[in-house]
Parts: sequence; C-alpha cells; structure tokens
Amino acid sequence: MASDAPLLEIDSLFKAFGGVRAIEDVTFSIQPKTITGLIGPNGAGKTTLFNLITGIFPADSGTIRLKGQPVNGKAVHDLVKMGIARTFQNVELFSSMSVLENILVGLHSRTTCGLLGSVLKTPRIRNEERMARQKASELLEFVGLSDHADRKSGNLPFGWQRLLELARALASEPDLILLDEPAAGLNMSETDMLGELIQNIRKQGVTVLLVEHDMALTMRVCDQIIVLDRGRKIAEGPPRAVQSDEAVMAAYLGKPK
Amino acid sequence: MIRTDTHTIACIVFAAAALATGILIDDAYYLQVLIFIGINTLLALSLNMLMGYAGQISLGHAAFYGIGAYTTAILSTTYNLSPWLALPIAIFAAVTVAYIVGIPTLRLTGYYLGMGTLGFGMIVSIIFREWYSVTGGASGFVGIPPLEIGSFSFDTDQRYFFLVWGVVLFFFIICRRIVDSRVGRALRAIHDGEHAAAAVGVNTAAMKLSIFVLSAAMASLAGFLYAHQVFFISPETFSFLASIRIVTMVVIGGMASIWGSLLGASLLTLLPEWLHAFADYEMMVYGLVLMLVMIFLPQGLTRGIIDLYEKSRKNRNK
Amino acid sequence: MQEFLQYLFSGITNGAIYAVIAIGFSMLYRSTDLINFAHGEFVMIGAMTMVTLTVAVQVPVMPAFIITVVGVSILGLVFERMAIRTVRRPEPIVLIIITVGASIFLRGLGMLVWGKDSHTMPAFTAHPPLDIAGARLLAQSIWIVAIAIAVAACLHLFYKRTLTGKAMHACAINKQAAWLVGIPSKLMTLLAFGLSTGMGAVAGVIIAPITMPAYDMGSMLGLKGFCAAMLGGLGSLWGSVLGGFLLGILEALGVGFVSSGLKDATAFLLLLLVLYFRPGGLISAVKVKRF
Repeated sequence: MASDAPLLEIDSLFKAFGGVRAIEDVTFSIQPKTITGLIGPNGAGKTTLFNLITGIFPADSGTIRLKGQPVNGKAVHDLVKMGIARTFQNVELFSSMSVLENILVGLHSRTTCGLLGSVLKTPRIRNEERMARQKASELLEFVGLSDHADRKSGNLPFGWQRLLELARALASEPDLILLDEPAAGLNMSETDMLGELIQNIRKQGVTVLLVEHDMALTMRVCDQIIVLDRGRKIAEGPPRAVQSDEAVMAAYLGKPK
Repeated sequence: MIRTDTHTIACIVFAAAALATGILIDDAYYLQVLIFIGINTLLALSLNMLMGYAGQISLGHAAFYGIGAYTTAILSTTYNLSPWLALPIAIFAAVTVAYIVGIPTLRLTGYYLGMGTLGFGMIVSIIFREWYSVTGGASGFVGIPPLEIGSFSFDTDQRYFFLVWGVVLFFFIICRRIVDSRVGRALRAIHDGEHAAAAVGVNTAAMKLSIFVLSAAMASLAGFLYAHQVFFISPETFSFLASIRIVTMVVIGGMASIWGSLLGASLLTLLPEWLHAFADYEMMVYGLVLMLVMIFLPQGLTRGIIDLYEKSRKNRNK
Repeated sequence: MQEFLQYLFSGITNGAIYAVIAIGFSMLYRSTDLINFAHGEFVMIGAMTMVTLTVAVQVPVMPAFIITVVGVSILGLVFERMAIRTVRRPEPIVLIIITVGASIFLRGLGMLVWGKDSHTMPAFTAHPPLDIAGARLLAQSIWIVAIAIAVAACLHLFYKRTLTGKAMHACAINKQAAWLVGIPSKLMTLLAFGLSTGMGAVAGVIIAPITMPAYDMGSMLGLKGFCAAMLGGLGSLWGSVLGGFLLGILEALGVGFVSSGLKDATAFLLLLLVLYFRPGGLISAVKVKRF
C-alpha cells in the first residue's frame, strides 16, 4: 500500500539545550499514508522532535527531509505550505473566534486574499471566501462539529476543542500531520472515536505521526512505532514487535537488562 | 461582534447623520469640535487596527500623526509644493518609519513593538522640538495653506467638516472589510495565540508589519488633515502624552471595535472641555478614569455597555 | 582633558541615578513579568517627600531618607493592592495601560500637593566640591554613586542569601512551581512592588539635592531608567547597573561633544539599538521571546 519513496526522512538528528542532549543521533523514516506512533517515557524527547520537524527551532546537526526536500531551518509557516501540520499538547485554539473561523484560519496557507484584496473585494476574492467557507463546513462535518459552527471556540467542552484543533490542522491540506498527545484528557468513548478519526484521516491520504501515552490507542491504530528514551531511538517496528522488545520494557519499567 | 449587515446599516445611518449635521450646524465652534472628533476618530481607528486586532501596542503613535502634519506643513509652505503632492510623500515617510521600527521588533513575539514605538516616538518628538531651522522648533510652524482643488478651497469649517467625515466614513468601510477578511482573521488569530497562528501557516511577522504600516499611514493622513485645518502646528500636539491620549481613546472606546474608535475619540475630544471644570484636578481625574476603565471594563465602554445591557436583559427574563 | 573629565563625572552621577531606577524596573519585571510605567512617579514622590521633610519639617537627612523610602514603599504596596490585584483581566496590554494611567494620576497628585514650582534642598553633607585635574566633583555625586552601588550590592545579597529573596526569584522563574512548593505568590508580588517602589524612592532621594525636583520630573527619569534597564538586560540586576552607568556616560559625552539637543534622545537611540541588535540586553538575563 505504501509507495517506495519515504514521505519523511530523519537522519542523524541532534539537538541539545545547554548541557541537556534532548535528541541524540535519531534516524528513521516514515512512508506515505501510514500511521506512525512515537512513544517513550517522559523526557524522552518526543515533543522536542515534533518541534524540530515543525520548525519551531532548528536542529544542531542532521537532516529532516519532507518528500525529498530539506526542511531544516525553514520558518514554521513555510513548512505548513510545504505540507506539514500539527496539533498541540495543550489545545491552542483561537478562543475568541468562532468554531468556523478557527477552521478558516487553518485555510490561511491555501488562500491568498491580502490587504488590498480585502479592501477591493473583487469577484475573485469573494469567490475564494465562499469556497473557503464551503471547505471549512466540510471539515466540520468530517469531525462532527457542524452544529456548532458559530459557537465561540473557547466555550466548547474539551473533547470538542481537540476535534476542532484537528480539523483546523487538516484544513491546510497537509501531507503529514503531527498529533501531540491527541487523546490526553479524553474519556474511553472519545478515545475510540479519535482512533476512528485518525484512521479516516489516513484514508484521506494524509500521513500521521502521533505522540501518545495511551498505549491501547497507539497499538491499535499505528502501522509502526518508534520508541525514544532519553533522546535516543531504542526501538522501531510494528506494534507487536515493539511491545515485546526488551529495551522498551526496560526503559518504561526500569527493569535491569 | 457586530454582524456585517448591521454594520452596513449603521454606516448608512451614520453617513446620513453626518450629512445632516454638516448642513444644519452653523456655529463655527461646534463644527470645529466635530472636525477634531473626526480627526481623532481616524487616529483612534488607526491604532485600533493595531492594538485591537493584531494585539500589538504602540506607545508612540503620535509620531506618525506628527510626521504627516510636519511633512505637509514643510513641503507646502517652505517648498510651495501642492498639498496634494505632499500627501503621498507624508504617507510614504510614515510608512518608511513604520518599516524601520517594525521589521526588527515584530519578528520577535511579545511587546517589543511597544518599546520600539516608545523609543521612536520620543526621538521623533525631540526632533520636532529641536530641529528649529526646519520645523520651527518649540514655537511651532506657521503659515500652512488651506487645501484646494482648482478654485474650490476647503477653507470654511463646513467644507472641512464634510472632507474629514467623508474620509472617516471611507476608512470605516475599509477597516470593516479588512477585519472580515482572511487578513482580519489572521490578525485576530495572532492576537489569540501567535504560536498557533504560525503553526497553521500565518506569516505572523509579515502580518503584524503590514497592519502596523497601514496604521502608520492612517495616522499620517490624520496629521495631514489636522495641519490644513489649523494652519499652525507645534511639537506639543505630537508628544508622548499625545500618544497616550490616542491609546486611551482606543482603550476606552473598546479595542477591536470600529465604532468604539468613534466613541473613544468623541469622549476624549470632549473630555478636556469638561475636565477644565476640574482645573487642578484635571490630570488626576484623567489618570483615574484610565485606570478604572482598564480595571473594571477592560473590553472598553462599547463592549462594556453592550455586556451590561445583555446582562440586565437576562436578569429581567429570569 | 578637563572638559572630558567634567562630562565623565556628570555622566557617572546621572548614570548612578539611572542605574537605581533601572534596578527598580528590572526587579519588578523579574518577579512579576510587569513593566510599571508609573515607576518614574515614585521617584518623583521620593524626591519631593525628601525635600518636604528636610526643608519644611526640618528632619535631619538620615531619618528623612528612611521615612521617605519606607513611605513610598508602602504607597507601592497600596498601588499593587488597589490597582494591580483588582484587575479583572490581567493581560499585559491592560496592565501596561493601568500603569500608564497611574503615572498620570500620580503626576496630577504631585502637582496638587507640591504645586508646579521646582524646589531645592541642600546636599547631604556640606563638603565643598572636590577639584580633580581641573574638573569639579560634587560631594553629593560621591554620595549618589556610593549609595547606588550599596543598594545594588544589598539586593544581590538579598536574592542570593536570604530565603525571601530566593523565593522571589523562584516565583519569577516558574510561578506555578513556586506555588506548588508553598511560596505565596500574591505576597511575593506585593513584596516585589514594595521593593521596586522603594528603589524608586532611593533614586529620588539621592538626586533631590542636585536637580530641582518638580512634579513632572518623573516621566523622563522613568523612561530613561527603563531604557537603561533594557540596555543592560531587563531582569538582570547588574545589567541594570551597567545599563544605567553606560547611559549616563554616553548621554553626558553626547551633550558635551555632539549637541545638547541630543540629551534626551540618547536614551531612546540606545533603546532602539538594543532592540535591533540585542533585544535581550547586554547581559541577556531574559529569553528574547518573552516580554
């Protein structure tokens, strides 16, 4: 099912903060239209890796390639145009704006109306606005929030805020979407729905990389799992293999090897 | 958020009211006060786009106001240039300064623009005061010509009233369009969460810069209109205190509210008239008002009054 | 040479004042993330109160110094309690504007209490000025520099050695973590305000004999002190000291060798340069992205 060329290639990545080596010699690749899970004990460097991939800070050395193009050092918003989107651990919605408006901002990189355009309000601009609203409605339907389009996003219950953030990230039509602990704070049934949603996202052709602590969810939806511990990659492979890997167990449970 | 169709109706009503006022009112004093309210509304609106929507603060906005006024004053008086030529130059000057201040400060997240504008505002105000040979120094600049189109001169209060309020109405419409567009949404997103905005593809530095530049251009235009109304300008009008006054207009009227700019400007133009009654207590009252509004009604009077009204309606329905 | 020395002395004297004011800004920011734009007015109140006590009430210098500093600190506590803690929506923009409003209010208050005229008071000691290589050094200047450095040293010890000082520092680094280990952050904020305004009062007191204190002296001093703090690095104690002296000296040299109209502009030019090239300040104590 996966084509030959990898979508994301990480090669010998290093990142240190002062004396702390957050990411040390990490190498792996992700095939298109797959779901990859990134797990590891707290402090393993998962969020740092996310931040490196999405351009929040540059790596000290090593390369990150998306569809063969190097990504290192590019600005965050440029990476969105290249096809990377993400959600945040603490949901970061535009809380004063409505649900629909949040998605419309998500479409920012796929629309073009600037200051002059907004003032002149040409037919082309008005058309673009109409299409954007249409697309936003479709995304709301995809995550099941259509009935709440005009609600102030800050007023949504937490689980729905997560869904909204997901829909917003999908709006930029990414090739790769990074989900940072999407199940945190969700109950069992919400987590099940999330699992289905992630699978639907894959069906739409989007590749998923997710950080999660919910092992049941991770093992269920992921095609491959990468395990980090203290900045290093200690295991990689399909869920079953990783589950029984001794190094992984030692990292999580502290058993002597 | 007032809906767009409500806004269109409000604009039409407002235009009609302005038209009627300009035709009916004869008294030069009242007309002049109304003209000042108009110029201040333009100033407040310019800062509101920056503070209310993009969430950035400018503590030196009077500098752009001054650049507009002094550029046209110097060019049309000392160099006998037509004011209509001086206008684009004045706006260009303000835009250039905005780029110089904005580019380094806006690529950082946080309130560095506030500090940069503070510094720049003070420097510009010192230049107005010290560069005697060009600006007339502390004693001011006299002899600014009135605006003319061919043989039609804007030298009566009534004509200037229509000119100024026409410009204000024009910018009400323009600003509304910007706020309702992709640009306006991006700005509000930056205000709500700059990191998240960047993460969905908004070039936050470029957006903040473009709205800062627009805001500077509008303030410069206000300065242009001011200079050709009063024919004499002095550095006092463009000091740090003047910048604070503009901030107060925005804050009291309501940030992120286009009509709030009108309310804030009106109150602050009329307030000194009322405050004179307080004589020595004037400064204390001014400062107190600013503090109280910010402590209890941080969303400004426009929003505050609407909220109070809605709350009382809810209580009555219980 | 003599001219240069004269400017240098004047620069160091003013620099010490800017340093103390800058410390006030920095320390408050460090503990609370707030910039108090009314800080300059506390300097003014310190100066005016000192003048009133020593001239009108004839209190000797030392007790007057202490009374003034304590009094202004209490005023700072009241300010925090009434104007800062009661804020319904403590966003940075709102707080900045509140302090700006407070600055105007306090200036109006000053005008009411002390009138529009400037006042004078004698120097702390009656020494005649010293002659060093032809340049005049006032005795008061020596007092100013000595007190400024003493204040900085005391604060340094306070933060490094006392428990309260360390607690304040902890609050600045991570408020939630500090709260979790039992540090009362509201109390810390209150203390930080008291300390900061006390600093302001010290600056006002030591400068009172050599300027002519008036109700409007606060705004420029406050703004320049802020520039000095930014120059050195907002949040850094010794950065503020460095920034203050640097500003004072550059300002004096600018006035002496370039133009006197440049005096006030120097501070803001330096502010802009810092923002352009090193937003964290010369001693980058605070991460650049934060404000």
